Amino acid sequence: MAKTLAEKVWDAHVVRKGDGEGANAQPDLLFIDLHLVHEVTSPQAFEGLRLAGRKLRRADLTIATEDHNTPTLDIDKPIADLTSRTQIQTLRNNCAEFGVRLHSLGDAEQGIVHVVGPQLGLTQPGMTVVCGDSHTSTHGAFGALAMGIGTSEVEHVMATQTLSLKPFKTMAINVEGTLRPGVTAKDIILAVIAKIGTGGGQGYVLEYRGSAIRALSMDARMTICNMSIEAGARAGMVAPDETTYAYMKGRPHAPQGADWDAAVEYWNTLRTDDDATFDVQVDLDANTLEPFVTWGTNPGQGVSLSEAVPSPEDFGDENAKAAAERALQYMGLEAGTPMKDIRVDTVFLGSCTNSRMEDLRAAADIIRGRQKDPNIRMLVVPGSARVRLEAEAEGLDKVFKDFGAEWRFAGCSMCLGMNPDQLDVGERCASTSNRNFEGRQGKGGRTHLVSPVVAAATAIRGTLSSPSDLDPAPESAAIRTDAA
Amino acid sequence: MEKFTTHTGIGVPLRQSNVDTDQIIPAVYLKRITRTGFEDALFSAWRKDPSFILNQEPFNAGSVLVAGPDFGTGSSREHAVWALKDYGFKAVLSSRFADIFRGNSGKQGLLAAQVAQDDIELIWKELENAPGTQVTVDLTSKTVVCGNIVAPFEIDDYTRWRLLEGLDDIGLTLQHESDITAYEATRPAFLPKTLPARLS
Repeated sequence: MAKTLAEKVWDAHVVRKGDGEGANAQPDLLFIDLHLVHEVTSPQAFEGLRLAGRKLRRADLTIATEDHNTPTLDIDKPIADLTSRTQIQTLRNNCAEFGVRLHSLGDAEQGIVHVVGPQLGLTQPGMTVVCGDSHTSTHGAFGALAMGIGTSEVEHVMATQTLSLKPFKTMAINVEGTLRPGVTAKDIILAVIAKIGTGGGQGYVLEYRGSAIRALSMDARMTICNMSIEAGARAGMVAPDETTYAYMKGRPHAPQGADWDAAVEYWNTLRTDDDATFDVQVDLDANTLEPFVTWGTNPGQGVSLSEAVPSPEDFGDENAKAAAERALQYMGLEAGTPMKDIRVDTVFLGSCTNSRMEDLRAAADIIRGRQKDPNIRMLVVPGSARVRLEAEAEGLDKVFKDFGAEWRFAGCSMCLGMNPDQLDVGERCASTSNRNFEGRQGKGGRTHLVSPVVAAATAIRGTLSSPSDLDPAPESAAIRTDAA
Repeated sequence: MEKFTTHTGIGVPLRQSNVDTDQIIPAVYLKRITRTGFEDALFSAWRKDPSFILNQEPFNAGSVLVAGPDFGTGSSREHAVWALKDYGFKAVLSSRFADIFRGNSGKQGLLAAQVAQDDIELIWKELENAPGTQVTVDLTSKTVVCGNIVAPFEIDDYTRWRLLEGLDDIGLTLQHESDITAYEATRPAFLPKTLPARLS
């Protein structure tokens, strides 16, 4: 029978077929190839194991890193916030007790869990990947079935290396055409979410397809899959291809020699069959896409940067109208204001959505040789210590510092403000992260989600801006068209 | 897990869509390493506003939350479910739940009952017209009763069965441990292992 990519990966991991229909019918039990762990959603799971006298079944398929609580300054000093320090120390104790490999603050492989897995080559096509973090969908960029789970499921995976999963539906997101200069993967996914809504993907595994997706780098595909969860999807995937293999080859945990050949032979089968059908198809035209930005307090409340803040009256549905009213009030915005007239206070370049080499390079290419708006503070937070090292080897740190941005250590940072990197009440931020929820980046903070190149252009002009709004740089800094 | 068959308690109308997990419990509260004691964290930003529904009697004693569509969107934090439970909520009614939130609820014995938006609107009106009205959520018959309103709700069969029986997920899975062991023996050799560490 013809199958979609998601169905192929699912079927290859069924440990025990579900019981079918019936009141107590167990769903399919799936094997989990890789379990990523961080300090926030794991302590209660480890404690659960201890209380039940259970073992960690597969330490060799588990890896941990510290990311949510970690400071991005003074990382050689003890963490100032006591509860943060305790949570990190708890992870260290648990990993030592259960034999889990941990990349701690200060280690070259430490960083945001979703940056670390791919960079080590642990995320591979066709795998099942889980983590107690909703942005696990990131790993779907490799053609893996990757899902965020709650702490009870974290404990379940620790004890059994499996998960009972309800069947899913399939949705194809077809993006055809060529992105214009200054338009990026981030704009694709923001446009998709605005189109289908924050609940539009619910119950579905999304597969991103089409010529515009095929043309993207792995870093860019990760940006897209990362935000699948913001459309409510269970997972997002891109079929592996030569771009994927080129990224994988030579990574520390990538297969080698005969194993590599066997792996590639298998990976080549991981494509949706031509005669397979999706439950839903969504089309997006890459040719006409513009830089996208959010105006509200959920990731579906977005428009093209060239448009204006919408009016609640624009929404037919009563709930959407009420949500828009509330969002405008929280965001301190008037309907009808051109998005490009909105002045921001802070620019945040980072998060598991946009903190990889390509993101940093794209932003650096915009700001090189230009001046930062003096009223803007800009934080650049690489996704991992390894990304930071690579960026420094290319001299990007110097570009950011010369521009007047703060060059920080790796972690989740201001995406969710669990560490000291937070917005103040009323502070407005152009952020390359994934959620513009009320108070997400700090109590009372106001978030506009943008791409790295829009973030960079905004830091120069002080108002939400696209690279095409900039005057030519003194020493012409070409805008990369392949930017994340 | 405690068995859940039926619950009756004061209904709390939360007229809002897209109640995300950062609103249910802000990230700052996720630094704790315990599984209980999150009642202070529930809706903590909104509770600073005296007009917020949970700051009004008799809603502050509510145990059935009646929310707008897309409840629990955003992060995977199970703390959102713990906070609702610790506050005293036994059930949440919405026309649409985020998948991970719904899954987490099922693991923790919080009933996430999917009710048609038209019925939610009727229940909102009833609860606002007669504050303190009790809502009964009956998992056996999959119905919600509020005043004269009787509405069906949806929940997947397996979660319903586990809630009714109060069963522990891990224990259920470990009944199939031999299947897991058999599967493990068939995994291809090229798949990665995290141990020993290979570093770049």
